[in-house]
Amino acid sequence: MEGVVGISRDSFEQQVLSLLGRLHGVARRLTRSEVDAEDLVAETVARAWRAHDTLENEATFRAWIFRILNNTFISELRRNAARPQCEPLDPDEPEKTEHRFSIFEQMHQPFLLWFSNPEQAFLDKLLREDLERALARLPAHHRVVVILSDLEEFSYAEIAATLDIPLGTVRSRLSRARGALQKMLWQQACDYGIKVSPCTPDAQSQGDAQARREATTAAQPQDQRGSTR
Amino acid sequence: MTQHDIDCEQALRQMFQHLDHELSDGDRPAMERHLLTCKSCFSRMEFELRLKRKLSELREVHVNPSTRERIESLIKNF
Repeated sequence: MEGVVGISRDSFEQQVLSLLGRLHGVARRLTRSEVDAEDLVAETVARAWRAHDTLENEATFRAWIFRILNNTFISELRRNAARPQCEPLDPDEPEKTEHRFSIFEQMHQPFLLWFSNPEQAFLDKLLREDLERALARLPAHHRVVVILSDLEEFSYAEIAATLDIPLGTVRSRLSRARGALQKMLWQQACDYGIKVSPCTPDAQSQGDAQARREATTAAQPQDQRGSTR
Repeated sequence: MTQHDIDCEQALRQMFQHLDHELSDGDRPAMERHLLTCKSCFSRMEFELRLKRKLSELREVHVNPSTRERIESLIKNF
């Protein structure tokens, strides 16, 4: 109904439950902990209900509740600011002129273009846990834009509304975040000793890399892997 | 209508916006023309697109039953 602000309890419940997996997924990647993620989602849902009469348009529920999730996460970070593992909260670094890291630029070999594709081979070798680990290593303000854009497929306008930042900042932050993510992936590949040969995939080195990945995962702190309850 | 062309530098600057379907209607045709004629930028776009798709596969839709129960009972108490 036009002019009506807010959302009924039934609609609220329906919307929250339909988004629950995605809210929890984003919360888990923001907090990097299964237990903290559940608490963050619960706190978000409680806050959202307290503010439910401020939702102007039910069609914007998704961006609205993810905004509350992000704000709740940030306020929790601030509350725990004394904790040594606290992440930097000032994401609005000045525009840097430094070159954005690109795996493609590291690997692309134009002279091999027609018969080999090392950068695509690199992507083929990337496992889900490689991406999860690289994402987890990004600072929160970079992590969240990649999650919202690439995982949740938010538009730039929705990201701007969710994070309460200007559209231009979404563009520049996303560009830097993607560069940082690729740098992490590249460093991980170097750490594992993965060599992406332009011509012949080396099965043995892939097997070794897998073993190293597993060893690294096993050695990760509990909060990085997520705990089970 | 006059068509303007872009070079590789401009294409790379707009690459993520194109990838995210955020290029304006005015800028998209020049980008698409450039990608049709520049193998290097086309390959770069393919790489970024595949990486984005791999990331999108991380999106979660499942949630463990205890979390769902907790949220359901929370809402019932509103």
